[in-house]
Amino acid sequence: MTAIKSTSVEVRLPSQLGYEKVAMSTAAAVAKLMGFREDRVEDLKTAVAEACINAMEHGNRLNERLSVGVVLSAGVDALEVKVIDDGKGLKGLPPKPDMDRKMHGEEDPRGMGMFLIQALVDEAEWVAGANGKSSYVRLVIRLDTEAE
Amino acid sequence: MQSETKAHMEQLTSPAGHPVTVLRFEGDIASTSKDAVLGTYQALPKATVRSVLLDFSKVDYINSSGIALVIQMLIEASNSDQKVYAFGLSPHFTKVFTMVGITKYAGLFATQAEALAAL
Repeated sequence: MTAIKSTSVEVRLPSQLGYEKVAMSTAAAVAKLMGFREDRVEDLKTAVAEACINAMEHGNRLNERLSVGVVLSAGVDALEVKVIDDGKGLKGLPPKPDMDRKMHGEEDPRGMGMFLIQALVDEAEWVAGANGKSSYVRLVIRLDTEAE
Repeated sequence: MQSETKAHMEQLTSPAGHPVTVLRFEGDIASTSKDAVLGTYQALPKATVRSVLLDFSKVDYINSSGIALVIQMLIEASNSDQKVYAFGLSPHFTKVFTMVGITKYAGLFATQAEALAAL
């Protein structure tokens, strides 16, 4: 866990595919202000987009009356992003996608969002909300000072 | 909210003299892109098209649903003994395509010229 003393930015999105790009742009703007390298900003954008898409599709089941909350907390050396929906949360993480199995029809071609999230950020955890709602995914991407 | 995916097809010949069908995409590649991505590919004559080159140079945003459409295309191409190649991906999406294993089934090139030279 990364302890973060932070400045926060919050965005609320409709559960409508495409609006994840608003969160992407906001996350990118915050990351640039913090001094992240361009390649890490791109990693963050994809991770945030996939987290928002999962929240809209699986958490809120594309119910446009429900919104997805995105809370960006900029710390000294890391950016934390929480993407919050009204779903019950995950029962478990899916297995890592297997391209060979997909090509042979043994695995759905879809289902790569969570893999991408985990691969592109430094920390990713899925937390089921109390009372079966307000579940969230928490992402952390750290400033890599040695490579700056 | 998502920018519409545009696709158009072009026939080229590689320096080695092989016919290559280029599918040029523009806009976002996401869940709404099925007709543009798979529909355009499926309209190609399977009996005569052997090499398909995907142009992503005007694509800004690809999400996991869009990647799944590309994988569906690769599955259909593999079943039709077609080879698929791609160029014009940003460094980030080149990394993403590599991470998910697409490079095992589709050669990635930086530019159209590099792709054609290899075909």
